Amino acid sequence: MSVNIAVRAGRGTATGRRSTPRRIVPADWLAVIATFVVVVGAWEAIVRIWDVSEIVLPPPSMIAQSLYDGLVHGTFLANLRYTLTETVLGFLIAAVLGVGLGALVSEVRWIRRAIYPYIVAFQTVPKIALAPLLVIWFGFGMTSKVIVAVTVAFFPIIVNTIEGLQNTEQQRVDMIRAMGAGRVETFRRVKLPSALPYIFAGLDAAIVLSLLGAVVGEFMGARAGLGNQILTFNAVLDISGSFAVLVLLSLIGYLLHLILVLVQRRVVFWTKVSSTSSGV
Amino acid sequence: MSTMSNTDVLSEPTTTDSLITIEQVTLAYPTATGTPVQALLPIDLEIADGTFVSLVGPSGCGKSTLLKILAGLLRQSEGEVRLGGRDLSGPSPDVGVVFQQPVLLPWLTILDNVLLPIRVQKRNVAQHRDRAMDLLRMVGLDGFEKRYPSELSGGMQQRAGIVRALVPNPRILLMDEPFGALDALTREQMNDDLQRIWSEERKTVFFITHSIPEAVYLSDRVLVMSERPGRIVADFSVDIERPRRLDATGDPRFQQTATQIRGLLNARGGID
Repeated sequence: MSVNIAVRAGRGTATGRRSTPRRIVPADWLAVIATFVVVVGAWEAIVRIWDVSEIVLPPPSMIAQSLYDGLVHGTFLANLRYTLTETVLGFLIAAVLGVGLGALVSEVRWIRRAIYPYIVAFQTVPKIALAPLLVIWFGFGMTSKVIVAVTVAFFPIIVNTIEGLQNTEQQRVDMIRAMGAGRVETFRRVKLPSALPYIFAGLDAAIVLSLLGAVVGEFMGARAGLGNQILTFNAVLDISGSFAVLVLLSLIGYLLHLILVLVQRRVVFWTKVSSTSSGV
Repeated sequence: MSTMSNTDVLSEPTTTDSLITIEQVTLAYPTATGTPVQALLPIDLEIADGTFVSLVGPSGCGKSTLLKILAGLLRQSEGEVRLGGRDLSGPSPDVGVVFQQPVLLPWLTILDNVLLPIRVQKRNVAQHRDRAMDLLRMVGLDGFEKRYPSELSGGMQQRAGIVRALVPNPRILLMDEPFGALDALTREQMNDDLQRIWSEERKTVFFITHSIPEAVYLSDRVLVMSERPGRIVADFSVDIERPRRLDATGDPRFQQTATQIRGLLNARGGID
C-alpha cells in the first residue's frame, strides 16, 4: 500500500497546485511588442506623412514627450496621487460595503426579501449618470469623487458576493452542518471561503470601475486629479497632454488589476486565476 | 418488541442494548403540485452498539434520505429516532458522517481538514492532534498531513474523509456509499482498511452501498431496501468470523448470503 501511495503522491504533486505556472501577462511577449511597434509606428507615420494637425491627433513621439514633461516637471504626479487616493478609497469602501451587505442579503432571509429586488433593479441603472448629482450634493472636493467611485464599484462586488455565497456546494454545507456547525460557523468556515473566487472576480471589475468613477467625478468639477488635468489640457487644446494623461490612466488601471490578481493568488491559492479582467 | 414487521427474511433478534432506534419513521417531500412525494414508508429499525450494518437497495430508494435523517440533516415527517435512548433533534457530536465524495475543503491542509469537527465543536484542538495523526497513520496518510487535498488521489482523499469523521471519536459512523467513486482495486483496499479501522475503533457503523459483496464482506447485518418509496424488506445477518480476509468472498456462507440478496433485489427490479 505504501508503494501505491507514493506513486500516487508523485503524480498528485506533479499535477497539483503551484506546479503549472499561471500567467498574469500574455506569454508571447514578442507578439505583444511587435503589435505595439507596428501600431505606434503606423500612427507616427500617418500623422507625419499627411501632416495631421496635432490638435486632431498628435504623434506618439509628442505624447511621449508630454508624458515625460508632465511627470518630471509638471503636475502629473500630484494629480496622480489625488486620483489614486480617490480610487483606492472608493474601492475599499465599496469592497467592505459590497461584501458585508452581500453576506447579509445572502444569509438573512428577510433582508434578502427586502433588498435583493432593489439590487437587481439598480444593476441596470447606469450609475455613472449619477455623477453630476453626487458632485452637487457632496461638493467639488475629494468626497464626491470617492462617492462616485463607491457607487460604480459597489455593484459588481455585492452581486458577485451574493452569487458566490449562494453557489456554495451543498455537500460542503451538509458536511459542516453534520458536525454541528451553526449558521455563523458554516458561513465562516465554508461559505465565505467558497465564495472568495467569485468575490475576487467582483473586486477585479470594481477596481477598474472605481478608477473610472474617480475620473468621471473629476470631469464634473474638481480642483485636482487626472480627470481635472484632462479638462485643463482640453481647454487649451493641448491634445498631446490629454493623450499623455490617458496613457497614465491606462497604466494605473492595469497596475491596479495586476496588484489585485497577485493578492487573489495568495488568498485564493486553491483555484486558478484568469488573467483577463471582466469586461468593463 | 417486533420491529421488523415488513421483513421477508427476518434474522435479527431484537436487542435490548440498541444504540440507534428508528420507530415508524417516514419522510414526505412537499412538491409544487401540492401532493407530497413519499420518500420513505414507515421504517422500524434497531441497531445494536458496535455492529456494522449495511443498507443496500436500488438507486433513489431513500437510502441516503434515511442516512440524512440519522445525521440530523433532515427531519423525518413522522416517527421517532433515538440515539442512545435520547431523541435526535439535529446533528449530534456522537455521529460522524462520511459522504459519497470526500468533501475536503481545498483551502485547508489534510491535518486541518480532519481537525475541522474539533474546531467546529469548539473542543481542544491540541488534545485531538495526536489522535488525528494516529488515525492518519492508520490509513497510510502519515507524511501527508501538511498537503492540500488536490495533491492526493481520490482514494487518499476518501481516507482523509473517514479520518475526519473519526477524529471526534463518535459512537456512530454513517457512511453514504463512501467508495462508490473509487476504482475496483482501490475499493477492495479501502474495504480492508475499513474493516481494520472498525475492529480497532468498534464504532457502530451504518453503511450504504450499491455493492452486495462489499456489504456482505463488511457487515454483521445487511438490510435490503425496496424501490421508492423506501421500506426495509429484508434483514440478513452475516455470521462469518472476523477478521475477514479479502478471499472470504469465496466462503460458501458469503456466496449464499450474496446470492439471496441479489435474488431479492432482482425480483424487485434490480439494484440499479
